[in-house]
Amino acid sequence: MALDKATVAKIATLARIKLPPSEQEHLAGELSTILTWIEQLGEVDTAGVEPMSSVAAMELPMRNDEVTDGGCREKILANAPDSAGGFFTVPKVVE
Amino acid sequence: MAVIRGSSGDWEVVIGLEVHAQVISKAKLFSGAATDFGAEPNTQVSPIDAAFPGMLPVINRYCVEQAVKTGLGINAEINLVSVFDRKNYFYADLPAGYQISQYTRPIVGKGKIRLDLADGSTRDIGITRLHLEQDAGKSLHDQHATLTYVDLNRAGVALMEIVSEPDLRSAEEAGAYLRKLRSILRYLGTCDGNMEEGSLRCDCNVSVRRPGAPLGTRCEIKNVNSIRYVMQAIEHEARRQVELLEEGGAVEQETRLFDAGKGITRPMRSKEHAHDYRYFPDPDLLPLRLDANWVEALKRSLPELPDAKKARFIEQYRLSPDDAGVLVAEQASADYFEAVARGRDAKLAANWVMVELYGALNRLGLGIEGSPVSAAGLGELVDLVIDGTVSGRLAKEVFAAMIETGKGAAFLVEERGLKQVTDSGAIESAIAAVLAAQGDKVAEYRAGKEKLFGFFVGQVMKATQGKANPALLNELLRKKLAG
Amino acid sequence: MSALTQLTIAEARAGLRGRQFSARELAEAHIAAVAAARPLNAFLAETPERALAMADAADQRLQRGEARAMEGIPLAIKDLFCTEGVLTTAGSRILDGFKPPYESTVTAKLWAAGAVMLGKANMDEFAMGSSNVTCAHGAVENPWRRRGDNRPLVPGGSSGGSAAAVAARAAIAATGTDTGGSIRQPASFCGIVGMKPTYGRCSRWGIVAFASSLDQAGPMTRSVRDAAIMLGAMAGHDPKDSTSAPVPVPDFEAALTGDIRGLKIGVPHEYRLDGMPAEIEALWQRGIDWVKAAGAEPVEISLPMTKYALPAYYIIAPAEASSNLARYDGVRFGLRVPGGSLDEMYENTRAAGFGAEVRRRVLIGTYVLSAGYYDAYYLKAQQVRTLVARDFGAAFQRCDVLLTPTAPSAAFAIGEKQDDPIAMYLNDVFTVPVNLAGLPGISVPAGLAADGLPLGLQVIGRAFDEATVLRVAEIIETAAGFTAKPAFLAGGG
Repeated sequence: MALDKATVAKIATLARIKLPPSEQEHLAGELSTILTWIEQLGEVDTAGVEPMSSVAAMELPMRNDEVTDGGCREKILANAPDSAGGFFTVPKVVE
Repeated sequence: MAVIRGSSGDWEVVIGLEVHAQVISKAKLFSGAATDFGAEPNTQVSPIDAAFPGMLPVINRYCVEQAVKTGLGINAEINLVSVFDRKNYFYADLPAGYQISQYTRPIVGKGKIRLDLADGSTRDIGITRLHLEQDAGKSLHDQHATLTYVDLNRAGVALMEIVSEPDLRSAEEAGAYLRKLRSILRYLGTCDGNMEEGSLRCDCNVSVRRPGAPLGTRCEIKNVNSIRYVMQAIEHEARRQVELLEEGGAVEQETRLFDAGKGITRPMRSKEHAHDYRYFPDPDLLPLRLDANWVEALKRSLPELPDAKKARFIEQYRLSPDDAGVLVAEQASADYFEAVARGRDAKLAANWVMVELYGALNRLGLGIEGSPVSAAGLGELVDLVIDGTVSGRLAKEVFAAMIETGKGAAFLVEERGLKQVTDSGAIESAIAAVLAAQGDKVAEYRAGKEKLFGFFVGQVMKATQGKANPALLNELLRKKLAG
Repeated sequence: MSALTQLTIAEARAGLRGRQFSARELAEAHIAAVAAARPLNAFLAETPERALAMADAADQRLQRGEARAMEGIPLAIKDLFCTEGVLTTAGSRILDGFKPPYESTVTAKLWAAGAVMLGKANMDEFAMGSSNVTCAHGAVENPWRRRGDNRPLVPGGSSGGSAAAVAARAAIAATGTDTGGSIRQPASFCGIVGMKPTYGRCSRWGIVAFASSLDQAGPMTRSVRDAAIMLGAMAGHDPKDSTSAPVPVPDFEAALTGDIRGLKIGVPHEYRLDGMPAEIEALWQRGIDWVKAAGAEPVEISLPMTKYALPAYYIIAPAEASSNLARYDGVRFGLRVPGGSLDEMYENTRAAGFGAEVRRRVLIGTYVLSAGYYDAYYLKAQQVRTLVARDFGAAFQRCDVLLTPTAPSAAFAIGEKQDDPIAMYLNDVFTVPVNLAGLPGISVPAGLAADGLPLGLQVIGRAFDEATVLRVAEIIETAAGFTAKPAFLAGGG
């Protein structure tokens, strides 16, 4: 599958990675090569094969409904690039 | 079915609701942080909720139980295997960049909710599914000129998304659906249903069509936070779509917001609806497998739900469907009523609860839980009415005093001397005094003007400050007048 | 003093308990070696004060006769492990300055077993790479050199800093993580032992996630016995990781009986790749001969899906990574590059914070999950993954472990293969299937290539049968008698 520049730009937007148009061309080529290589999977007959959801042959463990965490705002905010009044802050969003 | 009359003919509105109900639990769905409403910002956040590097989710068993109970409460299939998926999108209050939700394999499948309509009939609304997911944090846009503030206390609280079929046909039906769903959730204790605090939120899918035509293009109105607003938003949106179509326009599938101040819907400005969520099974979690016996045990432990209770009230207490419906809307009211009705005249009990108690609570702006008069207290008063200690009329006075003072019925009757007079001697002397004072009226009565009887009753009642036993008074008065 | 940096864990354990030297002396020797190893760029952060404090505590325990499994053993910790209060960047600029308020389960277990932290080891950014060329903070150099050629070589990846530090005698051992070969391939390139345990054996809690269904932590050591000792300290059920297996941890060291008589050793013929260097073929054959001589029985087996494991991996791993890396958004930790809107801030931050390989994989992962492509790519890859696991299941009906080369080549020069992502991805052709099936695998140094570089052999076992894997690995280790040392030795010769 050959990816064009527009598709690369669209994926980059979905992934929130700014991609100058100058890089789009190059990446489109690179990603197309990888995808073409990946597509050899098409040779495998997978009809009726269950997709693997986890290699762990076990049940989903569950925990009890107890408060064991939180109450540590200083720790939670300590690494934030910006915060105010106990909140994280981001550029203003208009809904 | 409600019909919108347009200039070019009738239109039918088609509504499906997606309700987000916050699960009642102490801790969050995948972390051990608390869920209390109204805490200081970011004080109920674990590194898992804030999606710190290397943090992993572990599911809260009780939240799973709550979802299954809710599924059973809406008569739905419980899926013994369900899968948690990641729904990927970027937003300020979604710390991981994905929400853990359930996409292709929800925990609860098809179910139904019965609506009690105004004309006394019922209608079943289909439930498509119920799935478990994480709530997002809160973005505050009005705290700063150029910044949005983010509080992650709510991030990770368990939510049940309950999706209805597009079976609703009017704003009233949508309102009835929400009230019924909320009532079931509260009975089950799985969601407190508090819309102001956001523990119950509603997205409305609205479209219009010519009656019988295929479904029209729908708009989704996001995050409406009261039943009244849901009804207003649907009304407005349906009219907007009809006007648009009648002007030759087309409805564009989009996400809209309800502006409660103006009572209108408007398109959302942010581009979040240009979504491609890239769902895939969360590799940090395994499929959720439920034990059929465990589900069966939960089913047996469910409380009696509104529909069953209503049927029982009609059957057991001989109440009208309307009265039974009113009494079962809230579990607390139903319990209150039953406590009053136990061993007493049920219709009298229902009347006292629905007329006097509800009236008083309404005036005071209180819920049944805050009632100054307990069910036992009201029962005591009803007993006094039944055994003739106090007349029905004066009992209302006693009840008002109970509400005001919190004192017991018998005590107040005694204290205020409101006990009914059943001593025939006392009543006879009062009658004698009235008849003596009204000689000409007595003559008129005896001459055939029998409707004066009521006048004499009133006079005697007045003389006994309303305390005379009415039946006894009637009997004695009739005898005296007969001469 | 430099003799202390030559010791294995087992030797140091004996020396510490026998009071031949103190944990502090051992730590000081290694702190000096870490400093001397700076030209390799193997460490992103050095923690000498913490090392000394931990060593002193270890000495107290040793004095009281309360020594634990790893008491006083100085380790390098891959920068993917969150270490409380110590810079943790996953080798990425996007985690600039991040000091976790928690300790990963695996490192916490190591500290609870008495181990000493020397610092954080460099790595491919977010563990995405096989060369350690994609580190945001500069490439790591392999301490080995080709004979008669002083060009710097890659240590392999992604646990390249860990491998280089252990090979150069800057640390007795190191933690690594392995998503598609990130422990075993650098171990092979650097002439050390590297083990990827069964998926679920070691907790992933507190390890920066690359591909959650594949990531697994493991030990990187200079002997198989050391791997057994260290794995015992790292492993165990963790209720904080829903994929951590609730199974007991056996005494791995006790499994090293030296007796593999009667074991069936599977040799997968699909691993005989066209164009694989003859000396790797020859080494593999030597390995088969060694186990045969020790009384085991080689059996030819087939893993028909081998060819498809790598492309399936390059769908699954980037898909999971694209989602796992969404949290690096400039809001709660790490780098923020301002922007006029929220989305602009995200885009600027992630463009500046992620290197080329990470960007490439995030974009691939985003694409294969996007609407309309999910079934063709992701679902297909997960189906192929089922078939890969079935291959192994069938093979283990006929044998007890598999023996294969670890990588199709020895270490290559920094700069080689860099412009060809697929050539780079092919490094992992023998290791990736093991991750897809969640099995344990170990790389043991087994000999030198003609140019003097180390080559490893891989032993693969049944799920949770690390004991047998280690037992066979030790036989190979003994038979190979690998004593060669790299050109650069931080701890002195």
